[in-house]
This record gives sequence, C-alpha cells and structure tokens, in this order.
Amino acid sequence: MTSYQSASQQFLDLLEHLGYNFFTGVPCSLFEGVTRILDREARYGYVSAVREDSALGLAAGAYLGGRQPVVFMQNSGLGVSVNAIVSLNQIYDIPALLVVSWRGHPRRPEGPEGRGDEDAPEHLIMGAVMEDFLSLLKIPFALLEPATMSQDVSELTRTMHATRKPVALVVPKGVLQQ
Amino acid sequence: MTRAEAVARVADALRPDWLTIACNGLIGRELYAHADAPSRFYMIGSMGLASSIGLGLALVRPLRTVVVFDGDGNVLMSMGALGSIAAAAPANFYHVVFDNEAHGSTGGQCTISGRVPIERVAAAAGYGRTIRLRSAAELNHTLSTFFIEPGPAMLLVEIERCDAPSVGRVEPAPAELTVRFRRNAMG
Repeated sequence: MTSYQSASQQFLDLLEHLGYNFFTGVPCSLFEGVTRILDREARYGYVSAVREDSALGLAAGAYLGGRQPVVFMQNSGLGVSVNAIVSLNQIYDIPALLVVSWRGHPRRPEGPEGRGDEDAPEHLIMGAVMEDFLSLLKIPFALLEPATMSQDVSELTRTMHATRKPVALVVPKGVLQQ
Repeated sequence: MTRAEAVARVADALRPDWLTIACNGLIGRELYAHADAPSRFYMIGSMGLASSIGLGLALVRPLRTVVVFDGDGNVLMSMGALGSIAAAAPANFYHVVFDNEAHGSTGGQCTISGRVPIERVAAAAGYGRTIRLRSAAELNHTLSTFFIEPGPAMLLVEIERCDAPSVGRVEPAPAELTVRFRRNAMG
C-alpha cells in the first residue's frame, strides 16, 4: 500500500471536506488530473456540461435543490459564462465555486522550458486580462498555490457563503495536471 | 391557443409540490400571474438556461417531479442542453415548450423554430417521449397522462403569435425567489 495521493485527489478531498457536493463543468488540460478522477469515480456524480454557461445553470439548479456546487472551466469559458454569472448567480444570490484554469498566463510561458514559448494564440488575450476581468465582474478570486491550498480554498469558501455569490479559484499550469 | 391560455392549462395540470422552472420573458410572467407558488422559480436574464437549471435540480432531487416551462427562443439558444438532458435521462424531468416561432418579449421577431422542429431535435438527442400539439382539446387530452409516464419528455405546444400583452412582471426580487424556492425544494 502506498500512501501517495495525487495533488488532484487531495484537491477533491479538500473540496468535499469544505462541503462541496455537486460537480460539473467543461474540462481543461490544466486540471486534467481532477477531471480524470471525476470521470472515473461515479460517486462524485460529475456532470460533463456542453458549455460553461450551461454548467452554471446545472450548478444553480443543484444549489436550488440543496447542494453546494463546483463548476470547472478553462478561462475561455469565463467569456461564455459572463451573462450567467451576472444575471443568474449574482442577482439571485446563487453561489458556486468556479475552478478556472489560467491559460495564456502572461508571466508563465507555457512552452518547453528555456524557450519561453507563449501559450496558443487563442489564450493570450483572456490570459492577460484574467485578474482584471474577474475584478470587473466583482468575482472574489484566489490563485491556487500548492503550499497554501487548504487555507486559500477555505477562505474563498467562507467568502462564498457570506456573500452567496460565485467565487473563483484560478488554477495555473502544473498544479492539478496529475 | 394564446400563450396565456396554454400556460394556464399546463399550470393547472401540475401538482403543487412539483418543482417548476420558468424561462425568462412572457412565459414566466404568465405563469406568475396565473398561479404563483413557492415551488415555482422564475428565471429572468439568463436566457437559454432554464433547461440546464431544471436538469441540475432534477438530478439532485430525484424524488421530486421537475417541470421546465420554456420557449422556442430559449431552447434554440441552448440546444446543447437538450443533449445534456437526454444523456443524463432523469425520469423526473419534463420539458414543456411554448412555441410561437417568435421572440415574443422583444417585439415578435421571428425565430427559426418554424423550420427547425424543436421536438424532433429533442427526440434525436434521446428524449424518451416528445409530443407536438396545437389545440386546447389535444392539450387537455395529453396533460391527463403526460406527467404520469417517466421522463425525460418534451411537450411542445404551438401557440399564437400575439401582441405583447399587459401581463405584469414577477414581483419578488430574484434573491427572494431563490430563498423561497430552495426552502420548498429541500423540504
């Protein structure tokens, strides 16, 4: 027996410990490790959504039925989700934890080490404005750092409960891929 | 049938404990005006998402009947949700679509549902039953059994395209609707 647990499993355990019990979203390679577990283990009841705004609708329905939802998405999906966030979640006081990958991070070149390649062109603009974009939409957010993961997600969850609005956990490259 | 008449006939066939999610626009406002109840949630703003909300709800409350009141413009905007509903196949999910081939709440501009039969898209996606009907007599007949057999099922009701009526807005604030509905759904 090994006691080794992947970062992705530790992350899911933390979410469950904090009361999250409905999981939906659209995948991203930056949290591939998490969706691999969610797809494999039926007990999570993961609903693979067709679009990010539909995932927010699914999560809203689950919240109305008594659950505490998590919505996974790539940051490209934030663009798709804007109207759902502002005209569903925020005006109806429907909370959700948004786990949003940070493709196109302006300070973290995605290419092979040492070459400084940038991420694919479709991610560069959203990647550059991620923090401003979340702030503009008044979505409290935190960057997922392995060293402070537990306290950061706990704090964000407290904010979510207190405000009854969506909050975002931003996932950089390399943290939840395994 | 007018929108008001069709919405009223379907609403009158629902039991008070069934959970209803109404789409934005005049359909939700007609339902609110005709028969408001704590088990009814009126979505404003996020056009297209009523069916996704209903699906999430149906999945986590499998012992409660969930009915979505939708419009052709709403369904066309989120056609992918029909696939999600068919794939998850909750037996407690019922989708009622009021189809006037128009965006009734913004001035009656044409949608494409006259050329794209929504119930056939739902059937192709995998809904167990889909029905299209037009007359009040057909609607009454269908309503006597529609909610008895398991879902996911779609009832598409063709309604008249009419001028924007004087039906009022949904009065409770959105956040109040959430608290009220959630208490009912969790009870």
